[in-house]
Amino acid sequence: MEYLIRFSQSHETFRLPEIQALAVVEGIELKVVSYSVESPFCVVRLPSEDTARRLIRRSILVQSIHEVWGSGTTLDALHATVVEQTAHLWERYMTCSFKFTIDSYQGSRSNEDKVRIINSFAYLGFAGPIKMRNPDEEFTLFEDWPFNSTPLGLADPKSYYLGRYLATGARDLPQKLDLKKRRYISTTSMDAELALVTANIALAAPGKLMYDPFVGTGSFPIACAQFGALAFGSDIDGRSIRGDEKKKTLRGNFEQYGLLSELGGVFTADLTNSPIRKMPLGTRGDGVRGRLFDGIICDPPYGVREGLRVLGVRDPEKSPWVIPKGIEMYKQPDFIPPKKPYGFLAMLDDILQFSAQTLVDNGRLSFWMPTANDEDQEIEVPTHPYLEVVAVCTQVFSKWSRRLITYRRIPDAEVDQEAMKARVENTTFLGRTADELNPFRRAYFTGFEA
Amino acid sequence: MKVLTLNFLTCAVKTCKASSDSFPLHPKDAELVHDDLEINPQLLVNVLPRLDWTALRTTSTELGFPELPEQPPSAETLEADEAMLKELHNLLVETQMMEGKLVCGHCGHEYAVREGIANFLLPSHLV
Repeated sequence: MEYLIRFSQSHETFRLPEIQALAVVEGIELKVVSYSVESPFCVVRLPSEDTARRLIRRSILVQSIHEVWGSGTTLDALHATVVEQTAHLWERYMTCSFKFTIDSYQGSRSNEDKVRIINSFAYLGFAGPIKMRNPDEEFTLFEDWPFNSTPLGLADPKSYYLGRYLATGARDLPQKLDLKKRRYISTTSMDAELALVTANIALAAPGKLMYDPFVGTGSFPIACAQFGALAFGSDIDGRSIRGDEKKKTLRGNFEQYGLLSELGGVFTADLTNSPIRKMPLGTRGDGVRGRLFDGIICDPPYGVREGLRVLGVRDPEKSPWVIPKGIEMYKQPDFIPPKKPYGFLAMLDDILQFSAQTLVDNGRLSFWMPTANDEDQEIEVPTHPYLEVVAVCTQVFSKWSRRLITYRRIPDAEVDQEAMKARVENTTFLGRTADELNPFRRAYFTGFEA
Repeated sequence: MKVLTLNFLTCAVKTCKASSDSFPLHPKDAELVHDDLEINPQLLVNVLPRLDWTALRTTSTELGFPELPEQPPSAETLEADEAMLKELHNLLVETQMMEGKLVCGHCGHEYAVREGIANFLLPSHLV
């Protein structure tokens, strides 16, 4: 049976990856029949009405899902398919209460027009009462109009669908986790909607273990926990986790949303000197043992608003006293270890390598990465032989964009070992200062002028 | 920090990684907190194959919990064994380490745990 997904017309490139990920989470066979980033209407094939409801129940970008009763490029063509495909169903809805609505995308109609069109479906013969509030069944005529149709005075839409309403997505969740009402946030907290979409795409689900190595104030772990996963996180800056050590803390955020039972553990650590237990790649090959996480999601620092730093001394020749001072002082409770700027590409490499080592088979890595819109300055999608790119979603700003890149951990047996041998780590010496190390930062502060 | 987390953490010092003494880290002066939480069998079954059982037995004993069996249960027996589910739930999920230290058995480095957050940052001579 075919079903119509009514998407929200925003974050277009995230919509299909989200719904495909949810099909994986729910174990549903999903086939996309028609989809375009320019339209909020997407037709899919699914095994049953029940799977259609389950598919979208935690989707952030889906408004609703409907059973398709017909489609066409003209109203007459639509009527023809409705008669042909659904005549056997009409009897089932003969006596229930119902309502008929019109959902026009990029277009509008006068009320008289609407009534005339709705009345053209009189042949369905529904005799039940019409109820505008809480009817038993809701039938919607979807109209997909061309861009700017009202000022251009166009008379007809590009296409029509008739659907029977089944269920609504989870578009109220972003409001629940809204940053404006969250107790504790920082300058780079991910907004609730995109954090939830990321958690969906990374397959967060009850009983799963998710980890964010750049946790900050906890936006991603909160989104994962909202979907029932057990969330872990770390950050090189312990202050961002601790907050004011009273109410405004990462833990306090979990408390605010009643998600404390889904908070596994957070700790202060640096990804290049991570305490997470891991095995060298390909040593065991039995799938899970030695690998800890079902998903890793993060928004690593871009080096613009948040500095990109790892443990170490930036210039040991210029400040030779730092190391001996550290040896003398490091056991004191208020000792703050020195940090140095780190390469952006080296960091991306480290995230990929760490994920390959710690994700279970088919576990997902989803991370955000900035890039310039100008093709010449674009930063390529990083690759790793143990990770297959599943989806690249883009959020565009004026001169730069950020991309959400999602990978799947390939089972050891399927990995191209030749590619692994040929892999060159991006850790060659690129410079010492933040600008030298980070092509995105450099481009950002020169206004993306080549 | 749930006790489950302790099963995932080793010494952060690179030269310690090769030594089996660096895992698990040993709790010292640990202050534990117990939360009453609903048991989640799905989580425990999912976590089971990722646990280092030998390390978990050590941690469990060091924190003063009853001794765990020598061999981990299989997923099927765990699902059916309510007492075992409860015991693991109590230890891994409900118990949290809030204060104290985690000590590496190889280099002796002590990682402080404050308000449930462990600090694994290293001074420059150890990175």
